[in-house]
Amino acid sequence: MSKTFSIGGIHPKDNKISVKAAIENFPVMETAYISMSQHLGAPAEPIVAKGDKVKTGQLIAKANGFISANIHSSVSGTVSAIELMPDLAGNLVQHVVVKVEGDEWDEKIDRSPEIVREIKLSPSEIIAKIADCGIVGLGGAAFPTHIKLSPPPGKKAEFLVMNGAECEPYLTSDYRIMLENPEEILIGTRIMMIALGVKKAYVGIEDNKPKAIKAMKELCSKSYRDIKIVSLQKKYPQGGEKQLIDAILGRQVPSMGLPIDTGVVVQNVGTALAVYEAVQKNKPLFEGVVTVTGKCMTEQRNFRMRVGTTFESMLFAVGGFPKDAEKLVSGGPMMGKAVARIEAASVKSTSALLLLTEEETKRKPEGNCIRCAKCVDACPMGLEPFLLNRLSRAGRIDDLEANLVQDCIECGSCLYVCPANIPLLDTIRLSKASVLKIMRSRPKK
Amino acid sequence: MTTTIIFTIASLSLLGLVLALILYFTAQKFKVVEDPRIDDVETILPGANCGGCGFAGCRAFAEGCVKADSLDGLFCPVGGNDTMKKVAGYLGVTVADKAPQVAVVRCNGNCDSRPKSSNYDGYTSCAVMANLYSGDTDCRYGCLGQGDCEISCDFDAIKMNPRTGLPEVDEEKCTACGACVKACPKFIIELRNKGPKGKRIFVSCINKDKGGVAKKACAVACIGCTKCQKVCAYDAITISSNLAYIDYNKCKLCRKCVVECPTNAIWEVNFPVRVPKRETADVEQQ
Amino acid sequence: MKKLIVSPAPHLHGKETTKSLMRDVVIALVPSLLVSVYYFGFSAIKLALVGIATAVLVEYVIQRYIVKTKITINDYSAALTGLLLSLNLPPNSPWWIMFIGSVVAIGIAKMTFGGVGQNLFNPALVGRVFLLVSFPVIMTDYSIPSSWFREGIDAGSGATALSIVKESLAKGMTMDQIFSQNDFSYAQMLFSKIGGSVGEVSAFALILGFIYLLIRKVIKPHIPLAIVGTVIVFSGIFWLIDPTHYTDPLFNVLTGGILIGSIFMATDYVTSPMSNKGMIIYGIGIGLITMLIRNWGAYPEGISFAILILNACVPLINMYFKPVRFGKGVKHG
Repeated sequence: MSKTFSIGGIHPKDNKISVKAAIENFPVMETAYISMSQHLGAPAEPIVAKGDKVKTGQLIAKANGFISANIHSSVSGTVSAIELMPDLAGNLVQHVVVKVEGDEWDEKIDRSPEIVREIKLSPSEIIAKIADCGIVGLGGAAFPTHIKLSPPPGKKAEFLVMNGAECEPYLTSDYRIMLENPEEILIGTRIMMIALGVKKAYVGIEDNKPKAIKAMKELCSKSYRDIKIVSLQKKYPQGGEKQLIDAILGRQVPSMGLPIDTGVVVQNVGTALAVYEAVQKNKPLFEGVVTVTGKCMTEQRNFRMRVGTTFESMLFAVGGFPKDAEKLVSGGPMMGKAVARIEAASVKSTSALLLLTEEETKRKPEGNCIRCAKCVDACPMGLEPFLLNRLSRAGRIDDLEANLVQDCIECGSCLYVCPANIPLLDTIRLSKASVLKIMRSRPKK
Repeated sequence: MTTTIIFTIASLSLLGLVLALILYFTAQKFKVVEDPRIDDVETILPGANCGGCGFAGCRAFAEGCVKADSLDGLFCPVGGNDTMKKVAGYLGVTVADKAPQVAVVRCNGNCDSRPKSSNYDGYTSCAVMANLYSGDTDCRYGCLGQGDCEISCDFDAIKMNPRTGLPEVDEEKCTACGACVKACPKFIIELRNKGPKGKRIFVSCINKDKGGVAKKACAVACIGCTKCQKVCAYDAITISSNLAYIDYNKCKLCRKCVVECPTNAIWEVNFPVRVPKRETADVEQQ
Repeated sequence: MKKLIVSPAPHLHGKETTKSLMRDVVIALVPSLLVSVYYFGFSAIKLALVGIATAVLVEYVIQRYIVKTKITINDYSAALTGLLLSLNLPPNSPWWIMFIGSVVAIGIAKMTFGGVGQNLFNPALVGRVFLLVSFPVIMTDYSIPSSWFREGIDAGSGATALSIVKESLAKGMTMDQIFSQNDFSYAQMLFSKIGGSVGEVSAFALILGFIYLLIRKVIKPHIPLAIVGTVIVFSGIFWLIDPTHYTDPLFNVLTGGILIGSIFMATDYVTSPMSNKGMIIYGIGIGLITMLIRNWGAYPEGISFAILILNACVPLINMYFKPVRFGKGVKHG
């Protein structure tokens, strides 16, 4: 019997049509556009200049401030520019542009295929290595991993929970790495357990991935007995960190709290793989698995892609723009970002490029709310989206705070179910930001 | 029968009396002593409760006027100079005239001059759209066209033109209360002096990208070429970040910059026709 | 270069629409409609057609000519109201009663509040209660017309089981006498007609509709179970204390409008609470008031009034009974 989270949730079709696509290397591009804002927090500061020669895996930008991350070049060649360029939303962001010449990797990186099992570093060394290699959370939020693995004083981690749920429809990048590199993921998990000082870890995997569950379980029962694989019911948003902790451990993160408040740290399995490569192979984070998929595509693909690849070149590699594709989404269809500029480039946390048809994605005209409460049933945080939407449109900030808009995880379940096609999350997202801003600016007691 | 009637009248009257006494004493006990002038000033004010004065409604503004030492810095945009003179007269102070202002939309990138590069499919709100991306055209600063300004106006003075996709201000109705200025997430709308006989000149663009980039996105963008600044004899034009700005206090309405601008980004409003006919944002020109 | 669609997330949408939900409710009513056609023949069809047509017409006219707003008749909500109201009328009702009822239901109870989603009171019930209060004689004449399948019932005196019980109790009869004098058997109530409005006749058909709605996830079971549960408990207590003067729980559940009311009327989206806790409170309230009216009120049947009274309480219920919030059950930290 698969476990699940206790409140809300929806069941969209999982559309895992790319599930059989084995990971293939994406051909190295001609030009890499490496963004300095690939993580939560302050953009990194470039340490190279125009004309410098760089190698693949070489540090090209340093973390700037407490919440920030290092950035390494994903290609070898010459820095042709350091300039502002639009991201996928058209906002100007600092980029380091590298004209690709060959593919010479930094000598420190161990490129041998053998799995390195012995973990030689101490916890603080591990955290320093993770920070050096610019590892950020690959579950979507891109939070610098070294900070997450260093709980603030007074808070202690009891468990590590790994997110192998991949609850977003269409995405299969996490599934493929669990199938193809399960042991590396488990070693990466163990490395993070050492860094946190926890004795037990759980990997939650949705039960629509039986092969992955089986592969991981076999390894765990043999050599990784301190890691438990938990089968989870297929339900969106199972991959939300709060929902994962609720499903696996039965603990609920309190309002405005963080997982560490319940003694848990959550990391994505992709992050675990990146941590393994960083700590055991000296490989910084400059490439990741990206699912390129869509019903309008003839072939579904999973690519190991270098950071800084433009969406345009991804389309080119799969045979051009499909006729029926009307929307491009970077990430999953429920929480991913619509691409407005195809000349924008991928970042560390890019997990997919979806090509959606008009029929799937074009919104229908908004009708009157019929008070069916389906949004209330769907909300995994127990909120009332219909009410939050009305309060948002009326600008009633106090009532919004009283009705806990700040707890919204922006999963999109409410908009998905609304029979009247009301764009609930559009307004709730904005008022959540306003309320959080006000709450955070209050003097602490 | 009569005893019933008498009893009814007596008991109801007594009840009424008791309740009236309770009300009277309660009203006395909880009476808020206020300066009686506040009520009078409030009646002078237009009663729009729009917040344009910066206070929470007309009564709060009346209180502010009565309690302040002088009326400097206090202005009701809806009532304008007439109302402020009346308030000043009532309170026995003097007040300086303030130049009447009007909301000005500083973007002329309509569907023809600024073609769309994507189809926005979210909720019809400029705030939502601005939070999502830089806009559905190649100009990152231009009007998003979802009508937040129209919704914010209490006076029906700003309306979206469905043909151009831009808002248009009705200067008769506009009270310069500032609601639309606050509502626009791109900071396109500005309160500027109405000008003598309504004549005013402004740069209808806020694009700060380099000239080439701006022009590529919109045919009538300001490209920061500085030709207007060079021709202005009154030092009214400043160029900063590839964008020209006309100071309405210094502008003498000579219109040389309007002619000089190579992209027709500078607008003149309420002038007699002199140059080849073009559309205006605010008023239909002859 | 193609102009891409850009919107905030999420980029997918579920399949349910207002129209599909209303359509499912209409489908759930089909068994009851078929049963009433079997027993009442043409009358049932006549009432249903007049009801639906009037409701849709009134909504169209008001939206097009009076309020001048978007026309929403194709979301089937007006048609559903018309159909529900027709199933709540006595089978022999003349067509103009149905017409007036629909006009009041849509015109007054729904459109004056702002149209679909805005009304405070259940429109079909407002129509029904309006008719009951304005035309009491017609609305309490439950004589059964002849249908194509059988003769008009001679024994049908024009009263429902509940009204027979109430009058007989007032005359001083005991429950045993009442039951033996009339042909009250549970089989009759479950599968055919004792006496009731068009939609009340077969509990079985209504329950079939209930199961369909549950499977299609159109409604949740909280409200119907709360109402029926309260009715059972309340009537059970009194019946156990004094069986000669109080009807037993099963009788109470199967007669009158409890089933159609709890499955189709009280579960109306617009007028019912938004949280599970609220729904249960709502159901209990309806059950209680229904039984109070049945036992001590002037009317033999009270569920219409009970639902309307609780409709008025729903905004308050929504304010105080919020859904279970995530994070309140903090087990650690």
